[in-house]
Amino acid sequence: MTFDYAPAPESRAVVDIAPSYGLFVDGEFVPAHDGKVFKTVSPSSEEVLSEVAQASAEDVDRAVKAARKAFEKWSALPGAERAKYLFRIARLVQERSRELAVLESLDNGKPIRESRDADLPLVAAHFFYYAGWADKLDHAGYGHNPRPLGVAGQVIPWNFPLLMLAWKIAPALATGNTVVLKPAETTPLSALFFADICRQAGLPKGVVNILTGDGSTGAALVAHPGVDKVAFTGSTEVGKAIARTVAGSDKKVTLELGGKAANIVFDDAPLDQAVEGIVNGIFFNQGQVCCAGSRLLVQESVAEELLDALKRRMRTLRVGDPLDKNTDIGAINSAEQLARITALAEAGEAEGAERWSPSCELPSAGYWFAPTLFTGVTQAHRIAREEIFGPVLSVLTFRTPAEAVEKANNTPYGLSAGIWTEKGSRMLWMANKLRAGVIWSNTFNKFDPASPFGGYQESGFGREGGRHGLEAYLAPSSPEGAR
Amino acid sequence: MTWRYARRYAPLVTMPITVPAYGKEAAGRLASMADVTADDGALRRFLHGLPGVDAVGLEARAATLGTRSIKTTAKAYAIDLALSMIDLTTLEGADTPGKVRALCAKGIHPDPTDRGCPQVAAICVYPDMVATAKEALGGSGIHVASVATAFPAGRAALPVKLADTRDAVAAGADEIDMVIDRGAFLSGRYMDVFEEIKAVREACARPDGSAAHLKVIFETGELQTYDNVRRVSWLAMLAGADFIKTSTGKVAVNATPPVTLLMLEAVRDFHATTGVQVGVKPAGGIRTTKDALKYLVMVNETLGEPWLTADWFRFGASSLLNDLLMQRQKLSTGRYSGPDYVTVD
Amino acid sequence: MNTVDRLSVLKTYKLYVGGKFPRSESGRVYEVTDSKGTWLANAPLASRKDARDAVVAARKAFGGWSGATAYNRGQILYRVAEMLEGRRDQFVAEVAAAEGLSKAKATAQVDAAVDRWVWYAGWSDKVAQIAGGANPVAGPYFNLSAPEPTGVVAVVAPQDSSFLGLVSVIAPAVVTGNTVVVVAAEGAPLPALSLAEVLATSDLPGGVVNILSGRTAEIAAPLAAHQDVNALDLAGAGEELAKELEVAAADNLKRVLRPAPVNWSADPGTGRLMSFLETKTVWHPMGV
Repeated sequence: MTFDYAPAPESRAVVDIAPSYGLFVDGEFVPAHDGKVFKTVSPSSEEVLSEVAQASAEDVDRAVKAARKAFEKWSALPGAERAKYLFRIARLVQERSRELAVLESLDNGKPIRESRDADLPLVAAHFFYYAGWADKLDHAGYGHNPRPLGVAGQVIPWNFPLLMLAWKIAPALATGNTVVLKPAETTPLSALFFADICRQAGLPKGVVNILTGDGSTGAALVAHPGVDKVAFTGSTEVGKAIARTVAGSDKKVTLELGGKAANIVFDDAPLDQAVEGIVNGIFFNQGQVCCAGSRLLVQESVAEELLDALKRRMRTLRVGDPLDKNTDIGAINSAEQLARITALAEAGEAEGAERWSPSCELPSAGYWFAPTLFTGVTQAHRIAREEIFGPVLSVLTFRTPAEAVEKANNTPYGLSAGIWTEKGSRMLWMANKLRAGVIWSNTFNKFDPASPFGGYQESGFGREGGRHGLEAYLAPSSPEGAR
Repeated sequence: MTWRYARRYAPLVTMPITVPAYGKEAAGRLASMADVTADDGALRRFLHGLPGVDAVGLEARAATLGTRSIKTTAKAYAIDLALSMIDLTTLEGADTPGKVRALCAKGIHPDPTDRGCPQVAAICVYPDMVATAKEALGGSGIHVASVATAFPAGRAALPVKLADTRDAVAAGADEIDMVIDRGAFLSGRYMDVFEEIKAVREACARPDGSAAHLKVIFETGELQTYDNVRRVSWLAMLAGADFIKTSTGKVAVNATPPVTLLMLEAVRDFHATTGVQVGVKPAGGIRTTKDALKYLVMVNETLGEPWLTADWFRFGASSLLNDLLMQRQKLSTGRYSGPDYVTVD
Repeated sequence: MNTVDRLSVLKTYKLYVGGKFPRSESGRVYEVTDSKGTWLANAPLASRKDARDAVVAARKAFGGWSGATAYNRGQILYRVAEMLEGRRDQFVAEVAAAEGLSKAKATAQVDAAVDRWVWYAGWSDKVAQIAGGANPVAGPYFNLSAPEPTGVVAVVAPQDSSFLGLVSVIAPAVVTGNTVVVVAAEGAPLPALSLAEVLATSDLPGGVVNILSGRTAEIAAPLAAHQDVNALDLAGAGEELAKELEVAAADNLKRVLRPAPVNWSADPGTGRLMSFLETKTVWHPMGV
């Protein structure tokens, strides 16, 4: 007899998905101008969850106009009143968190343990945090009476659909902007449920508009002349295209893009916790995280035992049904993403790195990829340079702290990095030398609304979270008039 | 960490065939580690060379394992397993032979209405109650565990502690739960602690050449830091402990999931290094089925199958038993049970 | 005795790259005149290769300069102000000629520029305190955000303010630890090239500030496209050029400060100072 955990599925009954959804514009759901729709599927089963509207350039125009109209009153509202709307939203998210967690796991494929214990608590916390800023902007360090920019066009990714929405909408509304947000094509549902939360909160119509659609919708939104601010989270490639689109305009831009973070383990690290940090760093959300610790840099003197321990730990990872409360690794978000991960992993093998995965049975339907480790990786390998955005860890070794820094920084990205050592002075020295926006030492993949997040170099610019996150949505009253 | 040591002691572990800590071969395995226990300096260097423990990360891991959802068949299995791992304990100044006999009866038939209910692993008492318990348990197969060595404070001279131990063994104890000298450990006299454990282990020997199994209680609530818990775990295992145990149940902080997880990791690493299998016993404060299942999940995901038996994992508990029984009844009947449907002993 | 008017000794203006004064590798010069069209000097007409060399010099200097203590950077920049003060008359003459200003107005510009250096020098060890801070996260973690310099900044200096404007774009970038490649005002590069002489004789490490003169569009284009440049200050770029440069900058996601009408004499505020900083946030658990 073995201790096999019986299935422990979270109930789907808590969420009621309509067969179809329109666009949320000016406070109501409307069909797309040209009537186009697309289906959203559950990546763990390929089951069609719903049909949503495909917003066109006309819909973008309509939504931007609604947001512009709403801006006048919304920005004129006393901060304390805006704050109360955001507090209401935060509470509503908390009240409906089980429903939203299940919905997120269905539409995205992520394990319910993560949507329940990470995504949703962070969503509510983000609204709480920025609610409190709305009437304190004079004290935020951006000059006296800093003004909102106007209409924010926001395009978010599929890896943390509702959390990325919160990261975008909460600071935008707190500072008095209005919003047109486009969720990712493969994960539109939680944003549409958020529209319902806006209704329950009594948010004035037009303050938040949600347009579902594909890349063309996002491109139209970014290019729309009525948009004053563009906020994008997604791939570096699209980020560059956006930067080109807005060049020469007055649009303020913040971009949160890709990464290829080094997770650096020294021989004096707390090894058991380092193993947990490595696992969390690369397998959290199936590795579909821009700040994932996708390059493990381990000191040669401890590499063998660390890898043994890591493999042993990987054998205990439970891959499967995202709604099972004991699942550690869920489904890959889409067939397209699975193909990309598969191709890069194959490139890793072809280039001579050694591939290893624990034996695990993958479901037959849906999009799945086993947790994977590559050893014998060098800086020249594609899997050491390109963002895989999947549960694939590339392991490299180093001999000295200087070599670790050199390798870690040898990338066009610069979003995050991890350091594992019990020596405080070495940790601080490393943290100082690493060119990345977030440094996790003796921990990894920690997020908090009070903590600024964002990258160096090609990982984007601007920060989300904390006091710093306000800057993206404010026109500072600089006497010089710049920015 | 161990793997590092595993490499350092490569000849030992090229084929680490598992041997039980109480078996004859274990001594040979420990002897091969003799250089790290050769003198005070070597022992200190070894213990302080173990990897540090990051408290926040350890606690987060224990908390995550605590979110495992154990349902239906898995729950039924785990409840019976937990029942069979209980060291049903009474350690009160007011203990009487009658009280001990009642507890033994309960240990044999935890649920009088269900003869299929597993019996507990052991009855844990003070040394003067060993004979009574032994007699009451008869041929049930349930062990008698006796605390010893001036339990719970351990503040007595070594000869007194050894006499205490020999007494309990002579009275028929199958297992001895000793306490370490926390004062000696905290003041850095590691070799004193090491030698004392070895001496108690020798005192566990019976004239026929067999020996009572030795559990070593750390009183982790008094050792305070996780680094200390890892060090003392290795120290005790090097000295020949058959089991390592968190607590006496007599201080404010008893067994906690992170401390137990850390001890499980130490046992895992010690096994990887020496091949010697050592048991773990969290004690004190584990009162509910939900708690017990969290511990079993930790064992399952840290040490795995070989440790999921009463030979290698125990719960030091008293009130846990009735909660397990009520949950067991709920699973078989589908309705919630109540305290009047389980026995009070 | 016949007195003959003394013939003055003219200065050969050169580029300033990596702490040295090279001629343009292209061997080209262009004629610089005052506002009335009178010849003042031949200035180097820098090429894309000069721009490349300047970026290499700036990158080489970045590690040391950004790694220097803030106090040290402040001391060095204050030293620059001291050196400027000593050459005040020279700059007044050059600014007057370059911008067609009266001596009094030129003096005001130079004085303001010197004062601006002093103002920015003092920011070196304060900017982290207003731009960074402790973040009270909901967990047992020590969490601190601090600004770091962005890296190599290419600066298109203002065309309308050959010295005060120039100082107002160089100082805020370098005080925080960035290194810069500056494209001097195309029509009035001489004050910038003379500033190089001041920088070379203060304690500023070579390569921290590199100054190129020539056709703005010709030099700025390779800088905007350069993959080892991290940011662009487009203060002196016209609308069309600015757009082109911003498009080119997108290839490696340079931070871009767009041109905007600026009164260089007014209080600069902290906007420019904050434009070439990256916020780094460090987490560490707190536990025993």
